Amino acid sequence: MLPSDLKPEKFDGYPTEGRKIVVSYLPTLRQLPLSFVPALLRELISYDFKFPAERKAHERELEYLSLLSASQLRECFQGFAQIRLSKQLEDFDWVQSPTQFVEHLSAHLWSTHQLDAFRQVSNDYADRLRAAVPPEPPPIPRLGISVIGQGVASHGDPLFRKLRTHGAYYAHINPENGLGYLLDAVAARAKAHPAPYGHWYIDGGESFECDPALTRVSYKALEPARTALLRKMQEQIDRPGMGPEALRTILAQMRPSDLGMDRSAGNPHDEVLERFEVSVLTEGSGTQIFSTVFAQWAAREALRRAQPLTLLVRFAPRQRQRPMNEMLSVDAKVAPELDFVGSLVDGDFAAYYNWLNQQRLPGAEKASFLVWFEGHNQALAIGPSTPRGTESTSVADLRQVLSWTL
Amino acid sequence: MQNLSSARQVSQFVARTRRDFLRDAAGLALGSALFRPPWARAAASPRKRKIVVVTFGGGARDQETFMLEGQENIPHLMSELIPQASFFTQVINRGILGHYVATASLATGVYETFNNFAAVSPESPTVFEYFRKDLKRPSSDAWVVAPSNGFNRIGESSHRSYGPGFGARVILPKRLLSAATSQGARDYQHLLRDNYETPYFTPELIGNEFELQQLETILKLSVDDFKTHAQTLSSPDELSVYIARQLMRQVAPTLLWITLHDIDVAHAGAYSLYIDGIRRSDRLCAELWKAIQTEPEYAGNTTLLILPDFGRDSDDDAGGNGFQHHRTGDTLSRTTWLLAAGAGIRQGVVFDRAVDSMDLVPTLGAILGFNASLAQGKPIHEVL
Repeated sequence: MLPSDLKPEKFDGYPTEGRKIVVSYLPTLRQLPLSFVPALLRELISYDFKFPAERKAHERELEYLSLLSASQLRECFQGFAQIRLSKQLEDFDWVQSPTQFVEHLSAHLWSTHQLDAFRQVSNDYADRLRAAVPPEPPPIPRLGISVIGQGVASHGDPLFRKLRTHGAYYAHINPENGLGYLLDAVAARAKAHPAPYGHWYIDGGESFECDPALTRVSYKALEPARTALLRKMQEQIDRPGMGPEALRTILAQMRPSDLGMDRSAGNPHDEVLERFEVSVLTEGSGTQIFSTVFAQWAAREALRRAQPLTLLVRFAPRQRQRPMNEMLSVDAKVAPELDFVGSLVDGDFAAYYNWLNQQRLPGAEKASFLVWFEGHNQALAIGPSTPRGTESTSVADLRQVLSWTL
Repeated sequence: MQNLSSARQVSQFVARTRRDFLRDAAGLALGSALFRPPWARAAASPRKRKIVVVTFGGGARDQETFMLEGQENIPHLMSELIPQASFFTQVINRGILGHYVATASLATGVYETFNNFAAVSPESPTVFEYFRKDLKRPSSDAWVVAPSNGFNRIGESSHRSYGPGFGARVILPKRLLSAATSQGARDYQHLLRDNYETPYFTPELIGNEFELQQLETILKLSVDDFKTHAQTLSSPDELSVYIARQLMRQVAPTLLWITLHDIDVAHAGAYSLYIDGIRRSDRLCAELWKAIQTEPEYAGNTTLLILPDFGRDSDDDAGGNGFQHHRTGDTLSRTTWLLAAGAGIRQGVVFDRAVDSMDLVPTLGAILGFNASLAQGKPIHEVL
């Protein structure tokens, strides 16, 4: 089937809001090439469970495309139209299974040496879209905070090396109540500038109690879901003929209820957040077994998808590396040994990625970022007025550093 | 980074950056100015010449290796190997960036297109088949030491003019260990780690009688000695290098191909483990170099070639997650390097012209004297 054959009833299986938006833009979708449409449907099929920022971006993209004439659409998508697809791809049920189609398309592009061409036309399209529909600046400058090195008594190697040229390094931080100041600061922002999924606290271990205005995700709280997931993965791996691609397809279809995440019993049910958490565990590599990787990937996905105004990420020690089958096992009776210094190194680099991903969002020039070695006197701050590549000898607490940075 | 508008510019910038850092750090010269006439090179005749190829399954990026901030992770390459080597700063892989299919492509000189996770033979003849058929060499003269079960068919293609009977003998150290420790493998689990690219998929490692025969008849190792030594090792790659050294000592193949894989733990996303993998690979390469220089069958007549199969995603590509994967197909994930040292190789020279990954097999053919007739690349004339 080709996009030109699309009919409204094909989308009867889509969730309500997703179906509504697809059907309303069907005349436009019919004019687009097959190498493009399933990737868009992959997003729209889960439109009902998207964050507000994602919904808005899809709406603006579709609105822009719908205003283009037929010849403008042809011109805009000529690169995609030149991608050669196979008969198997054309015959695939890409309306109902767009995610699997995109996986097959990816394999096809690699094996037919068209990946570079596809990558180029995708980048060109993104540039064009960005120029035509510029992203809206955030209502307040963004703030990102990373807290690393929990549990490390001392560390001699220099920290924040990737970030030092971008900001001010503080070597004499008073660490007392540091975490409290940071949690208070993000809670204050959430109260002053309320926005759904606009202010986040991600913890790689057990999270602190925090203001309900914050969207909270923690590795510890997801332990039952992780255990359920690992058990399901192990069952699948043990099945004869199971390969990594089939497993990936199964993981992509996981829902919160499959992992026992239905919180409706007694607690407010937030399926948008639960689906986000499932995606972090099923799409992220290593997120199931390493808490540092979980925190980094959750932060990346939160920034990419929800575009938060505030994001506090606290890294916790991960388990020491063991054979993969041992780490995947859910039957271990002994708590795994922790790798404190390795986790500090992981967190240090992940903080750099958190900053990079924040800087990819609109309003980057006004955004601020702080990274702190938890319980110690080292921190680094980046902000529009912070002198770059400098080192401060001032004795200060984190509340003061934040006030100087924002 | 500079504003570089095309992939070609990015590649060239990377190459220049590597060359500058290497020149500053190791006092190397730019290759194009330093050609010596062929008669000036001392090399063994093709008949006695031996080749050891080391590939990294799981590339390491410049910023963790050759750039200033990364050089602390590769002290052996920087201080011991590169000053004695010809170094190619820009090796481009235009194929599929999956480790088995990419390593198979390196071994055939053709960009193979099979499913990376399928247990299949390469479609095009491998370097081992060209070598053995053209030069009428026995199977004991070409060996592959490979990291995991997925690589067990890399020694021999399905090509009808070559294929069965002409390939390399493949040894899978982890399977060997699994066979040797079938009664109580608990102490060796750290050496049996497998398949980082899909961390939730760990194919079964089953040893059998054939593996144990290899151990005793070919490697001249008793099961007990092997198990005892294995307990002193800390990773699968250390096990591979140990087996490779045994092969060199006991069999002394002319063509020995070793694929290291520890770096690919990066797929699990923990940066510290990725760095540990780089440092271990650096040390193991130096160990192999030392073995080449001290084993009587290899000393003075062996060329060592080291190259990652490809790179990893850059931090600048929002579509990836930096060092963790190699999925974007961006320029940095396709750009890597090649180090050549030993017999017939100029020392302390850096070449920054673009070389294709597929040039490896024709180069090996030119060195050893066989014709890789179906390979896509061209011999790298600077090492001939």
